Amino acid sequence: MVKYAFYTGCVSKGGAPELYQSITAVAPKLGLEFEELEGAACTGAGVLTERNEELADTLNARTFAMAERLNLPIMTICSTCQGVMSQANHRLKTNPGYLQRVNQHLAVEGLKYNGTATVKHFMWFLAEDYGLTNLQSKVVRPLTGIKLAAFYGCYVLRPTKDLEYDEHPERGEYLDQIISALGGVPIDYSGKTKCCGFPILTMNEKNSVTMSGNHMMEVKELGGEAMVTPCPLCHLSLDGYQPQAGKIKNVQIGMPIIHLPQAVGLALGIPPQTLGLNKHIVSTASFVGRVRS
Amino acid sequence: MKVKLNVKRFDPEKGSRVYFQKYEVDMDDQATVLDALIHVREYVDPTLAFRCSCRSAICGSCGMRINGMAGLGCKTKIFQVAPNGEEINVEPMGNMKVLRDLIVDMGMFWDKIRAVEPWLQPTGPEPEREHIVPNQAMIDLTVAMNCIMCGSCVSDCTVMEVDKSFLGPAALAKAYRFVDDPRDGHTEERIEKYSKPGGIWDCTHCYFCVQVCPKDVAPMDRILDIREAALNAGIKNNNGSRHSDSFANSVKISGWLDEGRLAVESHGYTNIPELLPLIPVGLRVMMAGKMPSPIHHKRPGSKYVKQLFEKLEG
Ligand code: SF4
Ligand code: SF4
Ligand code: FES
Repeated sequence: MVKYAFYTGCVSKGGAPELYQSITAVAPKLGLEFEELEGAACTGAGVLTERNEELADTLNARTFAMAERLNLPIMTICSTCQGVMSQANHRLKTNPGYLQRVNQHLAVEGLKYNGTATVKHFMWFLAEDYGLTNLQSKVVRPLTGIKLAAFYGCYVLRPTKDLEYDEHPERGEYLDQIISALGGVPIDYSGKTKCCGFPILTMNEKNSVTMSGNHMMEVKELGGEAMVTPCPLCHLSLDGYQPQAGKIKNVQIGMPIIHLPQAVGLALGIPPQTLGLNKHIVSTASFVGRVRS
Repeated sequence: MKVKLNVKRFDPEKGSRVYFQKYEVDMDDQATVLDALIHVREYVDPTLAFRCSCRSAICGSCGMRINGMAGLGCKTKIFQVAPNGEEINVEPMGNMKVLRDLIVDMGMFWDKIRAVEPWLQPTGPEPEREHIVPNQAMIDLTVAMNCIMCGSCVSDCTVMEVDKSFLGPAALAKAYRFVDDPRDGHTEERIEKYSKPGGIWDCTHCYFCVQVCPKDVAPMDRILDIREAALNAGIKNNNGSRHSDSFANSVKISGWLDEGRLAVESHGYTNIPELLPLIPVGLRVMMAGKMPSPIHHKRPGSKYVKQLFEKLEG
């Protein structure tokens, strides 16, 4: 058993409960034990950082301090949470004066961040700690022959300098590698590392869904059968707003959008219902059917 | 060192064909991609067209896409992009019309720069000699001043890919340079202008411009600086700042995000035309069996989160 302080993020407890459901089902199969950080606040998703960096960093330092107290590394299941936390952690770890000031803010609650927290996305854990060969050996229902498009989410890709790409230069390829390990066929397409459009959904829906629509149509044209994402915000955009994207593109796109833990869980033999694959806006039946057959 | 280039080519005088051409040249270990291209043009194929001048990352003319990412040919060492002698893909920058081979039409780039009025507009009586400002006030600006107008950020901007009316990273970074200049007298008008559709709130946080900028201008961060200035100046009549305020308020009160409320508040409670389309979205969520509870519970310890907001947002 490997134990992590589990940071759920807001979305897996809100708009994408199937993500929470699937990670909880998958974790024990991988020997993962979670201690959920129930008192941790939202990372600010970048929105708070742009309003007030010190406030956002303090909220994240608060989460880091909670994990330090448990003496556990943090696990995230959201590209955005991961990116925001990585950036905040980088600023706090490299600037002792700043960390000290932030700790003064945290003192009221009796918390202190010592700058030792590590934050790891579930995707990074699979590739770096669990190991892809190990994962492959656990697969009982391989995704054989299924063409799957990885969609990473901006925050785990850029800026690379805050995401430890120097130490882990392959972080931008893990999702494709995991798809292969599960038996699937990763497809190469230009939208893979681009933006899902979610951050501007309420500011400019047309641009937002044109972006997501472009990616899904590209995948469709290349014969992709589903898209897999480690980011619930990308999921909200690609799945939740797929009807609107279809409207702009004048087609019914019909592209199943799968959360990473759902794809892993399915290959590990967990029933689709348990993984919440029935809780999507766009039906996942075509994908799930392919895995069964 | 053997260098393999795969260059995207196009010559309108010879028809509309776009194709890749491979070149293999011998170069010095420290050579840049631009050095290799120059070598090709001088000794292998004089028809290959690209722009360059300074060869030292100053003039900004050698922007191109190297292995899919925009950057300067003269700042990209071969060993960085092809450590094991891999083939290097060289293409013209994106989002701009290709004129020939690696040369793009930068007209749109300059139009956007001009649109933000990138010149000082002081008010009040003209000082007798120069404007005197404290050094400290100019330090933040130096980052934005480093821009060499290479177009790399514009090339890879994901919003410009779908909407050519977006002012884009280079122009908005330039805009910030004047918003934050203590000598400028039209800060509010500028912020109002940049807050309009196609401006600061249309950036989608994709970090492409930050990643590709060869001069660490981090254009997205400059856009976020203008957003912060807009919020501080109370220029809020747009979905972007309503979204930001609602987001902050939700975290402040409960420790985490209330998505349903955020969706409504971003459009404004009275904005019926924008709120109506949310109904089918909600219905679909309900049909999928995952309607969040109407009561948004507070996270444990949320009172401390609230205190932090009160102390630091002050
Ligand atoms: S962060 Fe904003 S400005 Fe920069 S490339 Fe992305 S959308 Fe364009
Ligand atoms: S901001 Fe950076 S990438 Fe954009 S034009 Fe200026 S120097 Fe080039
Ligand atoms: S040649 Fe001047 S910047 Fe590259």
